Amino acid sequence: MEKAVIIKYSEIGVKGKNRHLFEEALVRRIEDVLSKVGDGFKVTRPQGRIFVESEDGSDFDFEDVKEALLKVFGIQEFALCHVTKDDGTEALAKELVDFLKEQYEGEVFSFKVNTRRARKNYPLESMELSALMGEKILDAFPEWKVDVHDPELIVHIEIRDKINYYAKSYQGLRGLPNGTGGRAMLLLSGGIDSPVAGYMMAKRGIVLDAVYFHAPPYTSERAKQKVVDLAKQVAAYSGEIRLHVVNFTDIQLAIYEKCPHDELTIIMRRYMMRIAEDFAGQDGAMALITGESVGQVASQTIQSLNCTNEVCKLPVFRPLIGFDKQDIIDISQQIETYETSILPYEDCCTIFVAKHPVTKPRAERIRASERKLDDVIDELYKTAIETTETIVIN
Amino acid sequence: MECYLDNSATTRCSERAAETVNKVLLSDYGNPSSLHNKGMEAENYIKEARSAVAKSLKCKENCICFTSGGSESNNLAIFGSLFANKRLGKHIITTEVEHAAVYSPMKKLQEMGYEVSFLKVDPWGKIDLVELESLIREDTALVSIMHVNNEIGTIEPIEEAAKLVHKLNPNTIFHCDAIQSYGKLPLYPGRIGVDLMSVSGHKIHAPKGSGFLYIKEGLKMEPLIYGGGHENGLRSGTENVPAIAGLSCAVEEMFKEDHTKKLCKLKAEFIKRIIETEGISVNGVKAEIINEIKGSDPVDEKLIDKLIEEKEDFGAFHIVSVSAEGVRAEVLLHALEEEGVYCSAGSACSSNRPAISRTLLAIGLDEKLLDSTVRFSFSIYTTVDEILYACEKINEIIPRLNKYTRK
Repeated sequence: MEKAVIIKYSEIGVKGKNRHLFEEALVRRIEDVLSKVGDGFKVTRPQGRIFVESEDGSDFDFEDVKEALLKVFGIQEFALCHVTKDDGTEALAKELVDFLKEQYEGEVFSFKVNTRRARKNYPLESMELSALMGEKILDAFPEWKVDVHDPELIVHIEIRDKINYYAKSYQGLRGLPNGTGGRAMLLLSGGIDSPVAGYMMAKRGIVLDAVYFHAPPYTSERAKQKVVDLAKQVAAYSGEIRLHVVNFTDIQLAIYEKCPHDELTIIMRRYMMRIAEDFAGQDGAMALITGESVGQVASQTIQSLNCTNEVCKLPVFRPLIGFDKQDIIDISQQIETYETSILPYEDCCTIFVAKHPVTKPRAERIRASERKLDDVIDELYKTAIETTETIVIN
Repeated sequence: MECYLDNSATTRCSERAAETVNKVLLSDYGNPSSLHNKGMEAENYIKEARSAVAKSLKCKENCICFTSGGSESNNLAIFGSLFANKRLGKHIITTEVEHAAVYSPMKKLQEMGYEVSFLKVDPWGKIDLVELESLIREDTALVSIMHVNNEIGTIEPIEEAAKLVHKLNPNTIFHCDAIQSYGKLPLYPGRIGVDLMSVSGHKIHAPKGSGFLYIKEGLKMEPLIYGGGHENGLRSGTENVPAIAGLSCAVEEMFKEDHTKKLCKLKAEFIKRIIETEGISVNGVKAEIINEIKGSDPVDEKLIDKLIEEKEDFGAFHIVSVSAEGVRAEVLLHALEEEGVYCSAGSACSSNRPAISRTLLAIGLDEKLLDSTVRFSFSIYTTVDEILYACEKINEIIPRLNKYTRK
């Protein structure tokens, strides 16, 4: 008897000719996360399933593998499975009962047995084997009940060259495997929303790059470290992130000095979008991602979004656009970015936030205000791009 | 130029102390309780340290209990003395400006049914002895007053307070948090009626994780940590020999000479330069003294002697609290950091979690300065050149930052 993990994948199942690309991406991602658990895992892809085993048949710690798989997009569900030689039904029944005893001793379930017969020359038909194993299980667990419609536990048996059996399965994250959706540039702040937005797009198979706007001395090294930490937490799901840290202070100060104060934030946002798009071009990213949600703050009204949107040509993905704050917080808690996001390191740039910012900016006016920056902005913009520090986060 | 002016937060470990720590960790690593000679070697470090510390306080060696630092010393002093002397009563007197390591235990004691009176302070951070006198009762078990305020440098009249307390109630235990003053201002607890005195090692160039509590001979104490009965049963746990050995070196270096004049000159030079900048004010120092410094050009011996004489009004020589109107403390801190100048901000920069300093509130600082106050703190190794450099940067940065305020 050997251990393996059987993985069923989600939407990939319905993709047409590209299916193998998605499957290969999923296998690569699983190999990647398992390489951090330890050496010697073998990931294979027989008949619409992914199998994880140890290369030499030795034992491994399922809990470690479980933790890793729970961060992989594209998995529908997975289970710890035992692989055994076909030594006849008696031997199988004994092993199966031992397996269930080990996992569920003392618990009571309604259950059914589900057999899949990939090897058609097996002497019993699927239904017959299910019925037989069901009886043996009932003999061993007299308090259990059979329920074929809505069982609490399904005992799976798969007849292949060898026989696999498993019971308890864990739900995966679903979504699409990392890297199947192209690359996009995330505008990452230290707040609650943007890491969640990045996570959600990564869940659609998108590879993330990120840009963070650093404003020393108005924001501190700790604020930057916080963003690096958040990027790390998102990267646990999305894979490697290239984080561009842009020194934005001089642009902010120029806007502060020359433009109307109630438009500071909106103009600043427009420059952030422009810079993000620049880096997107450099990195081959084909969209921007923001954590905006309609109406959350002055710069996220529908008018403001129009105003910031018009400066870029790339599509801007805003996965949280229709989310309530609490819904966003729920996801951030689930992906464990929340505790980092609420660390209080970034309010020093409040001087750049007007007490009463415009909530319904008009694009013509904003453009006119921006022209006041004409003599300085090209130089500042160039310097900001050139002095950007890029950190590879994995 | 790196100019570390945050020595009240922590100090650089002295070279000799660091080398000793290294030696103890790698060569003389025995457990003082072991019977073999590795154990004895280790025990000798502790003996030497106890002797060095006792000498610095002019007290007996058995009065010294090594701890992990200031917070533990304060906790042991407060809880340990109260729990061992329950019959003295359930009333405590302390001040509004104590460090959290005294203030938080007081809050805990309130929950436990103790009555705690908090002494108010004047605009320079000083307690009022008349108020103290009025608060002392028959059931006052403990009075805890800090020697030097960690944020603004005020020197509290410990000797007078201790004498007053013992005159009115000889049973009351007097504790002094001397964490900011030890090594910089003389205080001999046994000679002035201080029963308990807390000291931290890393404020005087010893390793972090070292410190001690002075305990008057014969005072009943109860431990907070139980176990193998180390430190006379008061603080169980294998002695932190490397840190204690390092502390011993640092204490010897600290007390080798008198640093008063040197530190006083640093503070005078510093204040003289920064008050030239508009919007700057210095907390905890009386206006007459500021004017005297302004009027004296250059800072000469005469001024320094006078400031030392008037230290009750000038404050501890190694701490300067500065408010810069219109500039957020943390922004100033980071701007200085970019120039290699390190200081500390009284309150964390955060609109959703205001951490306004109790001390600054207690001295009645103008509300608009609460979030605009930073602290500079010197060490015996700080040089006048460093001070000049820091002042130059401060005077450059503040007007620049003042241009940008929230509108």
